[in-house]
Amino acid sequence: MNKHNDNPYANPPERARVIKRHGLFTRVWHWVNLVCLVILLMSGLQIFNAHPALYWGNDSSFDDPALQITAMRGDDGAPMGVVRIGGYRINTTGVLGLSRNDGELDTRAFPAWATLPGPQWLAMGRYWHFAAAWVFAPLLLAYLVYTLISPARRRLVWPTAAQWRGLPATIAHHARLKFDHSADYNGLQKLTYLLVLFGLLPLMVLTGLTMSPTMNAAWPWLLDVFGGRQSARTLHFIFAFLLVAFFVIHLGLVLISGVFNNLRSMITGRYRLGDDAPADKDNRHA
Amino acid sequence: MRDSKLILPDPKRRRLITGLGALGASAALTGCDSLSRNDRVQDLLGATDRLTRAAQRLVSSRESLAREFGERDIAPTMRANGSTDPSNDDYKRHAANGFADWRLRIDGLVRQPGDFSIDDLKAMPSRTQITRHDCVEGWSCIAKWTGAVLGEVLDRVRPTSAARYVVFHCADNIYGGPVKYYESIDMVEAYHPQTLLAYGLNDDRLPIANGAPLRLRAERQLGYKMAKYVMRIELVDSFASIQGGNGGYWEDRGYEWWAGI
Repeated sequence: MNKHNDNPYANPPERARVIKRHGLFTRVWHWVNLVCLVILLMSGLQIFNAHPALYWGNDSSFDDPALQITAMRGDDGAPMGVVRIGGYRINTTGVLGLSRNDGELDTRAFPAWATLPGPQWLAMGRYWHFAAAWVFAPLLLAYLVYTLISPARRRLVWPTAAQWRGLPATIAHHARLKFDHSADYNGLQKLTYLLVLFGLLPLMVLTGLTMSPTMNAAWPWLLDVFGGRQSARTLHFIFAFLLVAFFVIHLGLVLISGVFNNLRSMITGRYRLGDDAPADKDNRHA
Repeated sequence: MRDSKLILPDPKRRRLITGLGALGASAALTGCDSLSRNDRVQDLLGATDRLTRAAQRLVSSRESLAREFGERDIAPTMRANGSTDPSNDDYKRHAANGFADWRLRIDGLVRQPGDFSIDDLKAMPSRTQITRHDCVEGWSCIAKWTGAVLGEVLDRVRPTSAARYVVFHCADNIYGGPVKYYESIDMVEAYHPQTLLAYGLNDDRLPIANGAPLRLRAERQLGYKMAKYVMRIELVDSFASIQGGNGGYWEDRGYEWWAGI
C-alpha cells in the first residue's frame, strides 16, 4: 500500500497529480444515462397518471390499492389532493392529486411539471418511455458485460480487502463530510455503485418487461420472480424512487466534494488528486 | 377513460431514423412538450414501435402462451372499459332479441366468405381459459373466457396467401362519436392458440358491458386490441385505407399498433 512520506519522488509536481480518471465509454455512458433516466422517470410518471394506483399480486384489487393518488372533496367541500397508503391518508394538495397547471387547478396524480409530456397524454408518454428504454437497456447490458469481463473494470467497482475492512471508518468519514480525492473509488462508493449498477438498474428493466403481456408469454419466469404483473408495476415504481434517492445523494456528494473537479472528470476524464492521495498507477481508472 | 388528445402523424411518414441518442440531446435543448408535437421527433419515437415488435417477436415463439390462472384467481367483476352499452339502433335491436338474428360476417382476402351465428361459432372448436386482461392504463383483471379459436374459424373461410392482417369491425361508436371502433392483429397473433372469438365470460354468456355477443381475446396484447361487439371480420393485406389508416381506433389516436408492451 502507498504511504504518504517525505520522499520527493512520491509527491510529484502539480501537473502529474491530475490523472485520467474516467474513460470515454464511461463518460458518454454516464451522460446518455442521465438523459435517458430523466426521460424515463418523467414519462413514467405520465404513464402512472393514467391509472394512479398500485396493487400487489397478479391483478388489480380495485377496492383495495396499496397506494393511490387521487383528488377528493375535503370536509369543508374544497377539493384536495390525497395520497392513500394502506389505511393512511396524506393531504398533498398542490403537488400530488391536485395541482396547478397554467394557473388552473388540475386533478392529476403527478403535477404537469413532473411529467413528460406535461399535459395528460398517455400515448405520447409511452412513446417517450419506450424510446428512452431502447437506448438505456442495451447500453446498460453492454456496460455490465464490459464491467464483468474486464479485470480492470471489475477492480473499479469491487472493494479491495482493505476497503471491506475499512468500511465503518469510511462511513464515519463520510458522515463528517470528509472526502478523499484519490484515484480509486472508496469502499462505500464502490458498494453504492454495485448496488445501483447490478441491482437497481437491471431490476428497473426486468420489472418493466414483466408488465408486457408478450414478455409474460415469452419469459413466464418474470411473473414468478416478481410475484405477478401488478407486483412488478409496484416494484417498478418503488425502484424508480430509490433511483431518485440515489440521484439526490449522488448530486449532493458531487456538489460538496469538489464540484469542478468532479464534473471535469466526468466530461474530460481528468481528475485532480488530493494532496495526500496515493498516486498509485495501478489504481488508475481505465 | 383514455386521455389521448392529440394524434400522431400518418405512420407512413414515420421512418426509422438512426441515432436515437440525438433524441436526448434535442430534449435538453428545448421544452419536451414542443418536442412531443414535432413531426420528426414523433417519427423517431414511432420507430420504436416497430423495434419493440421485432424484438418481442424474436424472443416469443408463435406458440408461447400467456399465463393461465386458477378459478380462485378470477376477479369478482371483470372491469368493462371503453364502450359498455353501444347506443346505436342496429346494435340495440340485436341486443333486444338476444342476438338471435346477429351474424358475424367474415370477408376480405378469403376464399369462402361467410356469415356465422353465435350457434355456428359455438359449434366450432372452442377453448376456455382464465387469463389476465392488461389495460394500457396499467391495471389488470383476471377472468375466464370461452370462445371459438380464431384460427379454426379462419380455416373455415380459408384466407388467401395475400392476407396479412385480421381487422375487427365493431358495433360501438365509442364515446358517442361518429366513428366506430375497430382493431387489427396480424396472422401470427390471429393463429395463436389462445386467440379466441369469445362468447362466454366466467361460465356465463358474454355480458353487453364486456362486448356481447362476441369479442376478441388476444392474450399477448394489451386490452385495446381486444375489440368488443365484433360485427365483421375482414382480412386485408394493408389497413392503410381503413378509417385513419393506423390499424385501430386507438392507433388512429396515437397509440402503438404493436400492443405487446
